[in-house]
Amino acid sequence: MAKTLFEKIWDAHVVQAADAESPATLYIDLHLVHEVTSPQAFTMLRERGLTVRRPDQTLATMDHSTPTTPRGADGIIPVTDEIARKQLNQLIQNCSDFGIPLYNLGTENQGIVHVIGPEQGYTQPGMTIVCGDSHTSTHGAFGALAFGIGTSEVGHVLATQCLLQQKPQTAEIRIDGTLRPGVTAKDIILAIIAKIGVGGGTGYVLEYTGSAIRALSMEERMTICNMSIEGGARAGLIAPDETTFAWLKDRPHTPKGEAWDAAVAYWRTLPSDEGATYDLQVVLNADELAPMITYGTNPGMGIPVTGNVPAPSDLADDSQRMALDKALNYMGLQPNQPLIGQKVDVVFLGSCTNSRISDLRAAAKLLDGKKVADGLRMLVVPGSQQVKRQAEAEGLDQIFRAAGAEWREAGCSMCIAMNGDQLQPGQYAVSTSNRNFEGRQGKGGRTFLASPLTAAATAINGHIVDVREIL
Amino acid sequence: MQPINTFQAKAVALPIENIDTDQIIPARYLKVTDKNGLGEALFTDWRGEPDFVLNQAYAQGAGVLIAGHNFGCGSSREHAPWALQGFGFQAVISTYFADIFKGNALKNGLLPIVVDAATLARLTEQCLANQTIDVSVDLENQQVHVAGETISFPIDAFSKHCLLHGVDQLGYIQAQEAAIQAYEANHPARVNTVGA
Repeated sequence: MAKTLFEKIWDAHVVQAADAESPATLYIDLHLVHEVTSPQAFTMLRERGLTVRRPDQTLATMDHSTPTTPRGADGIIPVTDEIARKQLNQLIQNCSDFGIPLYNLGTENQGIVHVIGPEQGYTQPGMTIVCGDSHTSTHGAFGALAFGIGTSEVGHVLATQCLLQQKPQTAEIRIDGTLRPGVTAKDIILAIIAKIGVGGGTGYVLEYTGSAIRALSMEERMTICNMSIEGGARAGLIAPDETTFAWLKDRPHTPKGEAWDAAVAYWRTLPSDEGATYDLQVVLNADELAPMITYGTNPGMGIPVTGNVPAPSDLADDSQRMALDKALNYMGLQPNQPLIGQKVDVVFLGSCTNSRISDLRAAAKLLDGKKVADGLRMLVVPGSQQVKRQAEAEGLDQIFRAAGAEWREAGCSMCIAMNGDQLQPGQYAVSTSNRNFEGRQGKGGRTFLASPLTAAATAINGHIVDVREIL
Repeated sequence: MQPINTFQAKAVALPIENIDTDQIIPARYLKVTDKNGLGEALFTDWRGEPDFVLNQAYAQGAGVLIAGHNFGCGSSREHAPWALQGFGFQAVISTYFADIFKGNALKNGLLPIVVDAATLARLTEQCLANQTIDVSVDLENQQVHVAGETISFPIDAFSKHCLLHGVDQLGYIQAQEAAIQAYEANHPARVNTVGA
């Protein structure tokens, strides 16, 4: 029978099949751990006298509550928040006690968990990957079944390398056509979420297909899969192809020699079979897409950058009208107003959505020789120490600094605003991150989600612009 | 986990759709290393508004939250159900829940009760008109008794069994040790994070 990519990966990882009474038990190939969602799971292990079953399939890093402020003269990144320091120290202790490798703060391969997994070649096609973080969907770009889990499940995987899972449904998100200049992978995913809504993918694993997806680089594919969760989906998937194999080859932790050839041969069997069926299909045309931007307080509230903010009075459904009214009130925006020209206080370039080297290159190209607008603060936060080194080798840091932007250490930073990098109440930001929820980037802060191109163009102008006009 | 079967509680309504886990508990409260005290931070930014439902005297002691569509979207933080339980909630009623939140809630004995849109609208209206309504939950029979009517709700057989009997899911997986060993014997690890 014809199978989808999802079904092939699922079937290859069933330890015990589901029956009428119980969900399936699924084997997990790679478990990524960070400081925020793991402490209570390690406490549970200690209380029950358990060990970590497969430390060799577990990898920890610190990213969420870590400072991104520049290193001191001693080369050390200073942690001044005592509560954060306690949490970071707890992760160090937990990894030491349970034998888990840790990419400690400031070490050469530390960074955002969803940036370093692929970068180091841990993330490979056909794998099951989990992490106590909803943006684990990022790794689906490689054709791995990757999804976020809660802390109880972190404990389950630490102890057993397995998870109990109800089988999700599948949806094909098909995007054919060719992206126009100035339109990016970020715009594709914002357009998809605007179409299906933040709950539209609930219960589904999305597989992105079509010629526009095949034409994307791996980093662009990661941007797409990263935000699958913002459409409510359990995971996002893109079938592995030559682009995938070329990107992975010779990464530190990918197979080498004959093992590489065998792995690639297996990976070639993974794409969905001709005739495989999905429970749902959504179709978009890349030729019709424009740069996207959000106006509201969830990632589904997005419009083409040249569009106008919708009006609550145009909505028939009570709860939708109330939600839009509440969002516009929080954002301080008027119904039907354009977003072009909207003044912005902060531009944030970073996060597991858009902090890889290609994102920094794209933004630097626009900022080269230009200045960030007077009074505007721009933060550039590379996704990993490796991305940071690469950017510095290419001189991108000098472009950002010369433009007046802040060049930071690697981490989640203002995407989740746990580390002191945050908006002040009432401030507007254009952010390349993934969530514009109320207070997400700082209490009272107001977020417009957009691509690195739109972010850089906005930084130069001090207000929201259509990047296509300056390309 | 303590078994749950039937309970009575006062319900309050928060009729907003797509309530995300950043609202339930903002990220700045996630720097803790235990589960204590999170109830005090529940909806903390919304509680800055004097009119917010959980600030009202009538809401104190509430055990059921009647929310809008798609409750719990966003981050995977299990701190969200911990905070709801810390405040005293035992169940949330909505038309559907975000996948990760739902899984987290069930593992902690916070019951996600799914009803259809018309039922949710009716319950919300009654609750708003009366400030609170008394709800009686019967998990065994998958029923909610409220305002003179009986509403059935779905729940998967396994989660129901675990909640009714206080079954720990980790213990259930551990009991499959032989199957896990067999799987590992047939499937060499694809990565090695320790060596290499």
